[in-house]
Amino acid sequence: MAFELETAVHPEHLRRVAIDPLSRVEGHGKVSILLDDEDRVQQVRLHIVEFRGFEKFIQGRPYWEVPVMVQRLCGICPVSHHLAASKAMDIIVGAGQLTETAEKLRRLMHYGQILQSHALHFFHLSSPDLLFGFDSEVSRRNIVGVAASHPETAKMGILLRKFGQEVIRATAGKRIHGTGSIPGGVNKSLSCAERDFLLADSAQMVDWSCAAVQMIKALHRQNPALYDSFASFRANSMSLVAADGSLDLYHGRLRVRDADGELLFDQVDYQGYAQLIAEGVKPWSYMKFPYLTSIGEEHGWYRVGPLARVQNCARIGTPLAEAERQEFLAYAAENGRSGPLHATLAYHWARMIEMLFAAETIAVLLADEALLGDQLTTSGQRATEGVGVIEAPRGTLIHHYRVDDNDLVSVANLIVSTTHNNQAMNSAVREVAKTYLDGRQLTEGLLNHIEVAIRAFDPCLSCATHALGQMPLEVRLIDAAGEEIDRLARAPDDQQQR
Amino acid sequence: MTAASLVFAWGNPSRGDDALGPSFIERLEALAAAHPEWPRFDALTDFQLQIEHTLDLRNRRRVLFVDASIDCAAPFAVSTIQPARDTSFSSHALSPQALLQVYRDVDGIEPPPAQLLAIRGERFGLGDELSATARTHLDAALAWTAAWLAAP
Repeated sequence: MAFELETAVHPEHLRRVAIDPLSRVEGHGKVSILLDDEDRVQQVRLHIVEFRGFEKFIQGRPYWEVPVMVQRLCGICPVSHHLAASKAMDIIVGAGQLTETAEKLRRLMHYGQILQSHALHFFHLSSPDLLFGFDSEVSRRNIVGVAASHPETAKMGILLRKFGQEVIRATAGKRIHGTGSIPGGVNKSLSCAERDFLLADSAQMVDWSCAAVQMIKALHRQNPALYDSFASFRANSMSLVAADGSLDLYHGRLRVRDADGELLFDQVDYQGYAQLIAEGVKPWSYMKFPYLTSIGEEHGWYRVGPLARVQNCARIGTPLAEAERQEFLAYAAENGRSGPLHATLAYHWARMIEMLFAAETIAVLLADEALLGDQLTTSGQRATEGVGVIEAPRGTLIHHYRVDDNDLVSVANLIVSTTHNNQAMNSAVREVAKTYLDGRQLTEGLLNHIEVAIRAFDPCLSCATHALGQMPLEVRLIDAAGEEIDRLARAPDDQQQR
Repeated sequence: MTAASLVFAWGNPSRGDDALGPSFIERLEALAAAHPEWPRFDALTDFQLQIEHTLDLRNRRRVLFVDASIDCAAPFAVSTIQPARDTSFSSHALSPQALLQVYRDVDGIEPPPAQLLAIRGERFGLGDELSATARTHLDAALAWTAAWLAAP
């Protein structure tokens, strides 16, 4: 099965344009576009060309080491891996319900991560495109350009990110490679001095986050023709929600809405994610393509991340972020529209609403005396298998482990946000190619449009590939006339197919 | 109290010779503990250089950036770097030159004088240990840094 513009009928006759590597995106992603003699787009693919065997890296390790070592998988979202692994290992040690202190400290750590990651993404990755325009001078379209032209904006981004890092340092023990979260709980609580240090700045972070929402909202409203249509495509949406349906980025159950906003699944226990989701493979990509098993690969793919979450939830539990969500929903319903907003650039607006939610949540948590408590861990009946799911900054993150009788990890499966969004990102770049590139002379500015679409998802390409032996590999032999004369493919089970 | 000299190294400890940066800081701090006569300095490390690290540059007299490199000559190369608007950054990283430029633009003053110590690495696979060659390069870089720290 192939989607529109996924595979050209005769690629051997087409001219190839490659964007390689994507600037401002970690890892080595590549977009290849095949054009015919009239520069009409015939094929567009987002490739993952770097292979990293994360699951093999984890297998064979003692389970208690895993929450710390998985932070090495990604330098930008180590806390998300730290917490997702911890949640899976909570199941292994029988800690079904953490102590109040442990749960709140982990939540504080996670919302610190959300705050700093969203600030980094918006102020330093995407604002250059949004403030200067997709076609602006390439040397200016970066954070250094933002700092020069909008120093207060750049400074706000720096200090928001710095505050998030300080929250992580206080809860995880260190700024990087923290050890705060362990199977069954945490290994330290907050001291009064740490709490007071963070409290002193927490109101300022809420104010700056409010300002950030106003900034992206204004950009969106100033140019709705662009923001509403750019890389827009219909898709299902998946995220965790709390038991009452409200936004919860740390814990909950899975909810899926269809492209019209109707519920497909709700309150699904993520321990059974493998029944809900399957992962498709394509011979041209190392990264898998998850989809809802019951709906199938063609119509069952979905988007994750801020745009999905803000529209999937029933409400947000903090007042300022909820007011902004209501305004977002009102905008989505303007001019007779109905259903969710599918505009890729609306990711930024949703992301800033989440940043405000994170800042408000941090302020609330810091006022809670439970953070200073000394009941840090719990345990119960030992299990051999556990799944931990968290809403990482970029979307749903799944860690799944089996642990043997020697306490060693025997099986590990990670589905990261970027993998969930694989088909969505491909759809976004194909929409951009159809709209902006088809039949035109290619320029750097036009190619940057592709990157703008990808950056809205904020992919973490380097932690999105799978274990050794699982990558499809295809070799094609094509003769001088362009005819395929032989083909050899390695399937996911390592069997060769001709 | 902020020390006049800052040594800032970065890298992923689990990606082979990318660990040169954090290993450098670990070894340097151990050496400093054994040499109380050395001038005081601050040592910081992170996965990548990031925008908020401009805050770590404030009130410094000089800065030494340290990173693994696959381009420099073995065992290491030292260069004086200036603020520059480049396009080397990603969402996850920033070049030291661009960091200096952000400092200049955001703080409105010149950044402290800075040098880049690039240590030659050979392999960067996930789960790889620091290679024997890189360890040799690390020893040489540390010897050079001891002299840098002692210099006025």
